[in-house]
Amino acid sequence: MRIDCQHVWEHISAYIDGEVEAVLRAEIDRHLETCEICSAILDSTRNVVVLVADDRVFELPAGFSRRLHDRLGREMELAGP
Amino acid sequence: MEEPPVILSENARKPGAESEAETIRRILAGERSLFHELFRPCERPVYLLLLTLLKNEAEAEDVAQETAIKAYLNLRNFRGDSQFRTWVLSIARNEGLGRLRKLGTRREESLDAGADDATGDFTPAILTSWREVPAEALERKELGAMLRKAVNGLPEIYRNVVLLRDIEEMDIRETAAALEITEGAVKVRLHRARALLQKALAPQLGAFAPKRKGWFGGRA
Ligand SMILES: [Zn+2]
Repeated sequence: MRIDCQHVWEHISAYIDGEVEAVLRAEIDRHLETCEICSAILDSTRNVVVLVADDRVFELPAGFSRRLHDRLGREMELAGP
Repeated sequence: MEEPPVILSENARKPGAESEAETIRRILAGERSLFHELFRPCERPVYLLLLTLLKNEAEAEDVAQETAIKAYLNLRNFRGDSQFRTWVLSIARNEGLGRLRKLGTRREESLDAGADDATGDFTPAILTSWREVPAEALERKELGAMLRKAVNGLPEIYRNVVLLRDIEEMDIRETAAALEITEGAVKVRLHRARALLQKALAPQLGAFAPKRKGWFGGRA
């Protein structure tokens, strides 16, 4: 079986998560060895996933945690034991 | 001497699961203040999920607080068949949807399973080479802003999957449980979301890659 670029793109997300079964994975790896386009798409997608996950990208507003626990504490008092 | 085999319960195999159950037991037995610590790891995913739903920081914060209160008041109903965080996230989602209704905001698109059949262009941006953008590049505020804009620009059904799976690093099962969709739907949406992000970001990210070293790693 020879797979084409389109076919590789369909599996990029699962490939990144290590969820592609072994035979297909080997096919994709073989394709990647010779296809610069798919390699660049895979690397850029993985890079995007890593960057977006960085804690500095999405942050809680300043004082968020304190305000939440203050209000929670008051409600817990009201609720009683 | 050989040690007797230790029989582990299903829950005990998951790190943290046993202590979570123990903490909940203690809270219900009267050590109420422990709830603050139990809820702490949920704060960020709850807030971010609500922010993607409500698109307003003040509303998201208010509903996050109400979610914490509701989780506390209903703690007795938590069955322990999912992680505590998953349960809290589904409360947050329901509270968020309730708030949307109250605000009279029309949902931007339906969350029906049918949405997964949506035809769209999920072709990635075509590149012939890629220079890695390291995490240190996030010292530049424009990069964070660019990434936020791309995530916020995703259709809601893709955005919340990226948020839980990629940003909060939940597994597919937990993401599916929190959003009340199938694992298959999580995978499809995640794939499309990542393709949309790559397409939106890859052409612009090059500016944040380190300057090319000279040939063979020598000086530029
Ligand atoms: Zn290819």
